[in-house]
Amino acid sequence: MKTKLAIKAGVLAAMLACAGIAHAELTIGVVMSLTGPGSGLGIPAKNGFALWPETIAGEKVKMIILDDATDPTQASKNARRLVAEDKVDLIIGSAAVPPTLAIADVALETQTVQLAISPIETAEGKDAWTFRLPQSTAVMAGGVVNQMKKLGVKTIGFLGYSDSYGENWLKEVQRLATAAGMKMGTVERFSRADTSVTAQALRVVSSNPDAVLVVASGSGAAMPHKALIERGYKGKIFQTHSAASRDLIRLGGKDVEGAYVISGPAVVPEALPDSNASKKLAMDFVTRYEKQFGAGSRNLFAAHTYDAQLVLQKVVPEALKKAKPGTPAFRAALKEALETSGPIQITQGTLNYSPKDHFGLGDDARIMLTIQNGNWKAVNP
Amino acid sequence: MDSSIAAILTLDGLTNGIVYGLIAIALVLVFTVTRILFIPQGEFVAYGALTLAMLQQGQRPGPLWLLLVLALCAAGMQAASLLRAGQAALLPRALLGTLGVPLVIAALVWWAAPQQFALPVQVLLTLLLITALGPLMYQVVYESMADASVLQLLIVSVGIHLAMTGLGLVFFGAEGFRTPAFWDERWNLASLTLSAQTVVVVAAAAALLVALWFFSGRTLYGKALRATAVNRLGARLMGISTTLAGKLSFAVAAFIGALSGVLIGPMSTIFYDSGFLIGLKGFVAATIGALASFPAAAGGALLVGLLESFSSFWASDFKEVIVFLALLPILLWRSLVIPAHDEDEE
Repeated sequence: MKTKLAIKAGVLAAMLACAGIAHAELTIGVVMSLTGPGSGLGIPAKNGFALWPETIAGEKVKMIILDDATDPTQASKNARRLVAEDKVDLIIGSAAVPPTLAIADVALETQTVQLAISPIETAEGKDAWTFRLPQSTAVMAGGVVNQMKKLGVKTIGFLGYSDSYGENWLKEVQRLATAAGMKMGTVERFSRADTSVTAQALRVVSSNPDAVLVVASGSGAAMPHKALIERGYKGKIFQTHSAASRDLIRLGGKDVEGAYVISGPAVVPEALPDSNASKKLAMDFVTRYEKQFGAGSRNLFAAHTYDAQLVLQKVVPEALKKAKPGTPAFRAALKEALETSGPIQITQGTLNYSPKDHFGLGDDARIMLTIQNGNWKAVNP
Repeated sequence: MDSSIAAILTLDGLTNGIVYGLIAIALVLVFTVTRILFIPQGEFVAYGALTLAMLQQGQRPGPLWLLLVLALCAAGMQAASLLRAGQAALLPRALLGTLGVPLVIAALVWWAAPQQFALPVQVLLTLLLITALGPLMYQVVYESMADASVLQLLIVSVGIHLAMTGLGLVFFGAEGFRTPAFWDERWNLASLTLSAQTVVVVAAAAALLVALWFFSGRTLYGKALRATAVNRLGARLMGISTTLAGKLSFAVAAFIGALSGVLIGPMSTIFYDSGFLIGLKGFVAATIGALASFPAAAGGALLVGLLESFSSFWASDFKEVIVFLALLPILLWRSLVIPAHDEDEE
């Protein structure tokens, strides 16, 4: 009889303990493109979680990672599952634009904060619960157009993905370039799975623009670049921040020498002046990340998920003052804290979210790089 | 557009078209012999290119493990069926026959991978490894359902395609690779730049066609394949093993896929999932040949290559649309010219 009672007491104690932990736990749902065409971005982004601390603001972090296969439908399903069944406090993801947009809809509907890893553009008010960690396309395109202006570029050619990433860039560059008195010339498209871009490159080269902007991501950015060089293009070639990874140099070889690549500062913190507020954080990220994943493995997507943790360190204590994790009140408090507790220093620059602006990053969050002798070099701003 | 641009586009289109042609020929071969619409043919292309890239870096390529697993599955299935038939005495010989060659190839690749031999040796290793996958895949997946309907076989093929794409991500990672050119030279002919890789593609394709012609016309196995293609039942009545014919056609298909991959690797960045689109274009070409005629399929492939090249010049946004829409007039024409026939009639 006594033993039975002891067991009962033990079970009760264990249940209480479990319940106690469940309350003091920050549940984070992650939806990431680990397979499909976006996996080149999603896999390094997932690697960034390896650098997360075990607790944030004294709360144990519980993470549930789901794969969306770069498919918006799957991403939306995952997000719903995370909110309905796992009662997550916030959602991080995804790395590619289409699934991220799908998650944003769920985030708005279920009133759950989303930290987006890709710079999605949404309709007015649709992003009420979505906060982006990457720089907006407008910020990055601004950097590209500034550099073009400095080099005296008059006409621009465009060779980019036939998807929403290419479309966003085209729209922004067209707007900024026209305002700066430059002319947008030939616009050509290709898709990531294409085995040849000779025809498009030919058309761009034959219109002979002063500079060509290549909009592609990861290792997919090397082929159009090489095609331009092979067709005898002698002008300046610009690449977007999705191409700012080692793969461009690995696959492009000597053909990408001298290319201009816009990037967040996290990829080359060594090139930043000591006065830059992001330098210390970015150096810390790069050293720790490369220690774990090998020299030269640094990339912007891992930096974004590393930044997510920096953001939470700052806003979770604020939100905890108002509510307990696992409740709708906590989610609302988290949103409010994100909108009001800026500025937040991250590896990419300084985040300044406001109720109106859910992008947060400004012009300090970009850096123009060029490739010299198979390595990155910062172009003096 | 002037003549020089047209010439460049034609050359580019033909180079790609030849690769699609090789794939189309493999598709036609597999379909005529086994009635399987082999969707994963494109995956063999990606596997070939990426295996070579892995060997270039001195890493052991992932398909090595796939080969071993498939060989073990095949051996297990064989052992089970022999035991069920009460023929345990035949077991050692049968197992040796199934496991022997794959094990030797796997061991060879395992040993050779870190040594970083010269490019031709690595190409040979790649061809060997990927070709060995073909017959084992037939044995494990299709052999037991060889008499199923074309639709069932097609559904299984789609499954294999999805499985192979997923495995490709595990084996090679998400980032693409580009293998070094066999012959890094460019000649300027007036306004046209002829790269040596194009010459290599043409030469390799020509050599393959001659070899296939010789194989099917002059060797016993080739004749057996042709007989099975003409009439499965008749071939079986004449003592030709349709299982052997199936395995053989898969070996040829895998070899052609690996070769196409090795050829296309230096011209384009290949990702783990690039194979599908390449395979699909081969499929369009094969459809032009009604999945029956080799010359028509090869001609169709050149047409697809040219169509792709010119449409990406004039309307790059709609390139894929134009290429795949080209199927419609072809299917329409075929259905008008040749009356539909029911496959159950066979």
